[in-house]
Amino acid sequence: MSKYIKAEITENTPLNKNHNLLVLSSSAMPKNHVPGQFYMIGTSASYDPLLKRPLSILRETSSDKNSGELRFLYRIKGKGTLMLKGMKKGEILNLLGPLGNGYPLSHKDLTPVLIAGGIGIASLFPLAEKLGKKACLIYGGRTKDELIMMDELKDIPKELIISTDDGSLGEKGTVIDALNPFLTSNFQLPTSNFLFYACGPTPMLKAISEFATQKGIKGYISVEENMACGVGACLGCTVKTKKGYKRVCKEGPVFPIGEIVWT
Amino acid sequence: MDLTVNIGKLKLKNPAMTASGTFGYGEEYSEFVDLNKLGAVTVKGLSLKPMEGNPSPRIYETPCGMLNAIGLQNVGVKEFLKTKLPYIRKFDTKVIANIFGNTIQEYVKLSRILDDAGLDGIELNVSCPNIKKGGIFFGTDKKMLQKLVAKVRANIRNAVLVTKLSPNVTNIKEFAKIAEECGSDAVSLINTIPGMAIDINTRKTRIANITAGLSGPAIKPIAVRMVYEAYTAVKIPIIGIGGIMNAEDAVEFMLAGATAIAVGTANFVNPQTTIDIINGIESFMTENGISNVKELTGGFKT
Repeated sequence: MSKYIKAEITENTPLNKNHNLLVLSSSAMPKNHVPGQFYMIGTSASYDPLLKRPLSILRETSSDKNSGELRFLYRIKGKGTLMLKGMKKGEILNLLGPLGNGYPLSHKDLTPVLIAGGIGIASLFPLAEKLGKKACLIYGGRTKDELIMMDELKDIPKELIISTDDGSLGEKGTVIDALNPFLTSNFQLPTSNFLFYACGPTPMLKAISEFATQKGIKGYISVEENMACGVGACLGCTVKTKKGYKRVCKEGPVFPIGEIVWT
Repeated sequence: MDLTVNIGKLKLKNPAMTASGTFGYGEEYSEFVDLNKLGAVTVKGLSLKPMEGNPSPRIYETPCGMLNAIGLQNVGVKEFLKTKLPYIRKFDTKVIANIFGNTIQEYVKLSRILDDAGLDGIELNVSCPNIKKGGIFFGTDKKMLQKLVAKVRANIRNAVLVTKLSPNVTNIKEFAKIAEECGSDAVSLINTIPGMAIDINTRKTRIANITAGLSGPAIKPIAVRMVYEAYTAVKIPIIGIGGIMNAEDAVEFMLAGATAIAVGTANFVNPQTTIDIINGIESFMTENGISNVKELTGGFKT
């Protein structure tokens, strides 16, 4: 059940120039989140910016029995996240969630391959933790500055492949460039034995969907759209699917590969 | 303390309503709001047939507001009656259906269906800026508005008739008067104001529909002015809408002439805005020794 609550900032730490870790605590904090779910987070008490920002749940922790704690990663991208960056420990903000459907843990017989682009790691991180050594993770960004949580990630999946567009870390190229050799060289399995979970920029998700469809690989992608209400009322965050427009906040943000009609 | 207000023959337990298109069909907010506490819920605009709506992106945030071009995506009246109305009817609140059509016949047909289904009110959407035909076409043409309101009036028996006016006219008084003369029980105003935003790096539109409706606190002073002007022109109740974020804003609209108020964009910011407003109006009345909320309506001193 979703809640609208106030939470205290217990940590708001820069991870690098453009990324922060936000830790929120409240005695009313909901529990038992599914990887891939998100919260709408108020970034300002003023009317500018007006709307809350959707942030994926990174991790659910508890400091003690009476208090629930949630962790979020965010990229400083616009006015809202810039204001969020300026908020200090002890400040209170409004929180709405958990919202949306997380990643389904279906097809237990298939090998999960998680593909994260940039801040898309925020959504896939809890899934990587849950799947542990069963899964492989391909994590890419434009440069090494876009890759965060590297220390924590290196021991989580069975295999971690890093790629950057400029070659500043890991393999040079996109996650798609890294995907094909990875699938063919590391495993003796036919490609249909893999299950993709992907989150990242829209062009990446489109490319992964096309790649997966071509090779007969099943999977899920988590998509992003401008959001206002987060609860399915405003119909602002829709994406076109084979069954008409669907709300990213309500029917998503996770959709099966092949369902979205790319424009 | 008396918080009740009358919209025609409809008695609301308090002046706080929800604005169409910002509260879904009520169900979407039931986890966060006790719907029994609301004066009325106005549901998402309905058409005869289901509508797909506009391509994405449909919304874009602007200073103290947001642009939207949803394009009236809705389940259609048949599905509304089958699955959405029974849910909201479980609560002790009045339900108003916002409707729109491409022709007068469509408005009439929809009104009759909803009147027969026992809706408390019907709100004519003649002011949506985001669809190609119909909608705003009726709201900005005096003759068309006259015909539309009169025809719908003649075809409904029980539901209260509300006409939602467009801010996109030079003289709102004339349009409010037409609604009153043709038998509208109330007018609601304002709908969103047409706006636009461009991404300077890609030189592309921020909204797929290109133009979109601006809402939120950015438009509040315009809405207060138009409510005030309409109040000087008509005797029927006015439902004030436009950037209402809290009880102070609600009281301001009432002083300008509104009998009731509807919360729109603020629902997205704080899902409990309507409840906060009801509590805040009560506190304001206590602090100012006001026993009847109706006393606020038109209480503006020049």
